[in-house]
Amino acid sequence: MTSKAREIIIKNLFALLAFISVLLLGLIVLFLFREGLPIFKQISMAQFLFGSAWYPTYDPPEYGIWSLIVGSVIVTVLSCLIAVPFGLLSAIYISEIAPAGIKEILKSVIELLAGLPSVVLGFFGMVILAPWMQETFDLPTGLNIVNASLMLAVMAIPTISSISEDALYAVSRDFKEASYALGATKYETIVKVVIPAALSGISTAVILGMSRAIGETMVVLMVAGGSAAIPRGIFDSVRPMPASIAAEMGEAAFGSGHYHALFATGIVLFIITLAFNLIADHISNRFKEEGSGTL
Amino acid sequence: MIVRARNVDFYYGAFRALTDVTLDFEKRRVTALIGPSGCGKSTLLRLLNRMNDLIDGTRVEGEILFEGRNIYAPEVDPVEIRQRIGMVFQKPNPFPKSIFDNITFAPKLSGIRDRGEIETLVEGSLRQAVLWDEVKDILGKSAMNLSGGQQQRLCIARALAMKPDVLLMDEPTSALDPISTAKIEELIDSLKKRYTIIIVTHNMQQAARVSEYTGFFYLGKLIEFNATEKIFTNPAMKQTEDYITGRFG
Repeated sequence: MTSKAREIIIKNLFALLAFISVLLLGLIVLFLFREGLPIFKQISMAQFLFGSAWYPTYDPPEYGIWSLIVGSVIVTVLSCLIAVPFGLLSAIYISEIAPAGIKEILKSVIELLAGLPSVVLGFFGMVILAPWMQETFDLPTGLNIVNASLMLAVMAIPTISSISEDALYAVSRDFKEASYALGATKYETIVKVVIPAALSGISTAVILGMSRAIGETMVVLMVAGGSAAIPRGIFDSVRPMPASIAAEMGEAAFGSGHYHALFATGIVLFIITLAFNLIADHISNRFKEEGSGTL
Repeated sequence: MIVRARNVDFYYGAFRALTDVTLDFEKRRVTALIGPSGCGKSTLLRLLNRMNDLIDGTRVEGEILFEGRNIYAPEVDPVEIRQRIGMVFQKPNPFPKSIFDNITFAPKLSGIRDRGEIETLVEGSLRQAVLWDEVKDILGKSAMNLSGGQQQRLCIARALAMKPDVLLMDEPTSALDPISTAKIEELIDSLKKRYTIIIVTHNMQQAARVSEYTGFFYLGKLIEFNATEKIFTNPAMKQTEDYITGRFG
């Protein structure tokens, strides 16, 4: 075989594999929409999105997912409020401050944290954290927003920390030297030069952490409590969208309104995570021409 | 004499990069440090404002006196030294911020907040660096949009805004085209009236053009130090002569 023929075969093989992966994903999205959209023959989109009653098995059934959306948003936002400071500050410490030995240890521990199966975290939240919270704060249940947010934060911290750390690490040494040579201290260099130059990467990290948290199923299924009602406080139970889909899909009759409503919930979730990823992409591209450190 | 190196040895880990260097830099003069790659000239330059502190595993012996005070004495704050001794690097390294913010970086660190004072400082520094006319209408634009030569003059202006006494230049024109290089050399000539300039260069013609004193380094040692004219017309050492006539290096 000539080297030219080999080049052509390799090129087409790679193109084919790439095409198949994209096609498979495309078909899944198509399937999601095909199974989800029929619900809108029964109720309007506004009723579906903003209806606050989720009684899919009643007669007549009600398919309002507002409480599920609220549940998802609240645990995501709360988990980010916890995970962003921890993730970001640990990234800054690892990349800029820690001595070499500690740096390696911390990096591997955070990678280890990323490798924890979510079911293990859910189990921890259920068996250790929930009973403790229930007793300490005298709550009706320890399976609630705070518990779910804490567990989701533990999942999001490694994502935020490792991507931010890459972004900080990518900041050119030239900028740091320039800053020190102008009489800046280490702290001033980090705050005024390194973080601004890495900001696009850091924003990407935060948004990818959020999209990780909002799409996570097992943790919220196990520890969010599963109540499909709009919460009145942070110690109430909620039923985020992924938990609702996972819990109910096995029982919903094929082709029923409930079945279509769950797929439509999946569409909503898909659109939210897609939006997060697009925003992350946009932000990471934004400062590239300025020559700052990006991923 | 504003800066004096006294029996300086410098080590990167076990590697000895400088051996027993003793050298005085005169006030308001341009001193060039020349020599082949790896001879220690940049290392010495970076010792003068304690930039080598940033590299792990380095060690200095001997003394570097700035206005009579050893800058490696334990009670000396390197940050304060770097505010008095500015530095311009080989590769232009403006921050990815606006031109205005690049200049105001150091003044703001030292606590200058008054808008009028800052604006005067920005204009003054840019004028000294002969960049004002080119950028006065785009002060808010990113410094990254400037050409390489303009960026380097911006870096000089940024260092001048700190009001230093000494300006260290580490091969400031090696990344620039001949026209930008000529502009930087003119600039050095105009700045020496007010500042002590120490320049490391690979380009011997440049050393001959801009400096009053030249030190020739080889393998971590100062081989010869004298008036530039003397070094280039009648060097005392054979190695210096071989280097400047292009027989090695």
